Amino acid sequence: MAFPGGRKIATIELRTDRDVSRARSRVSDIMKSKGSRDLMITRFVTAVSEIARNAIIHGQGGRMSVFELPDARLIGVECVDEGQGIDDIELALGDGYSTRKNSLGRGLGGAKRLAKTFTITSAPGKGTVVRMIGMCTTR
Amino acid sequence: MNAAAIYAVEGVLLVSITSDITDSDIIELQEHLSNRIAESETRGVVVDISALEIVDTFVGRILAQLTAIARLLDAETYVVGMRPAVAMTLVELGMYLPDNHTALTLDHALEKIRSARSANGISRRA
Repeated sequence: MAFPGGRKIATIELRTDRDVSRARSRVSDIMKSKGSRDLMITRFVTAVSEIARNAIIHGQGGRMSVFELPDARLIGVECVDEGQGIDDIELALGDGYSTRKNSLGRGLGGAKRLAKTFTITSAPGKGTVVRMIGMCTTR
Repeated sequence: MNAAAIYAVEGVLLVSITSDITDSDIIELQEHLSNRIAESETRGVVVDISALEIVDTFVGRILAQLTAIARLLDAETYVVGMRPAVAMTLVELGMYLPDNHTALTLDHALEKIRSARSANGISRRA
């Protein structure tokens, strides 16, 4: 189970950059329906955008799932890709590191800072799984 | 391109970005704008991002690049309509967009472009 006690409420296939945009609006709509404030939505949806793009660019595509959690103030997102995995996660999380030339290398570390919790598991050849929890409301 | 609307008014290109713009749309927009700036004796570019709920590192980088390209082509770029939540998130991402001029509204941006123009004399490529 991606999140203990969680219930999957949406799945978005990630194949093209159109899907990154779809993932953003889907998570945003869910957070709006839960009464989230603008700042909470913007922070978390920005993190969602970064990891969804990573799954497509570095992971050859994948799937994002959105979860309701036992604590109704929270929202969970899991992003699984089928890529070649990450050799050195600590290095990949550092600002300024990228395997691409035309990139700032701030995406992954930025997503980690913007989410309430962030875990990443990856191994060379095994793809990458990112799980993030965001705050929807403070009460 | 339907991800952005572009209007040319008195030597200024007004660009309004729609909320669901994709990465490839925005790269296309950057290329299209670069050509328009050079073709049409443009003094300024005003990019309205008020429809954008988020600006992530990709969009931020393209905005910064567009500013640099426009400057090489002798035009200044203003980003207007940034939502407060977007500004706060960009700072948290470490993206300060130092070279972008920002203005709260389109009116403010146009005013700044006009006053910069009169301060620089009458003719642009004199």
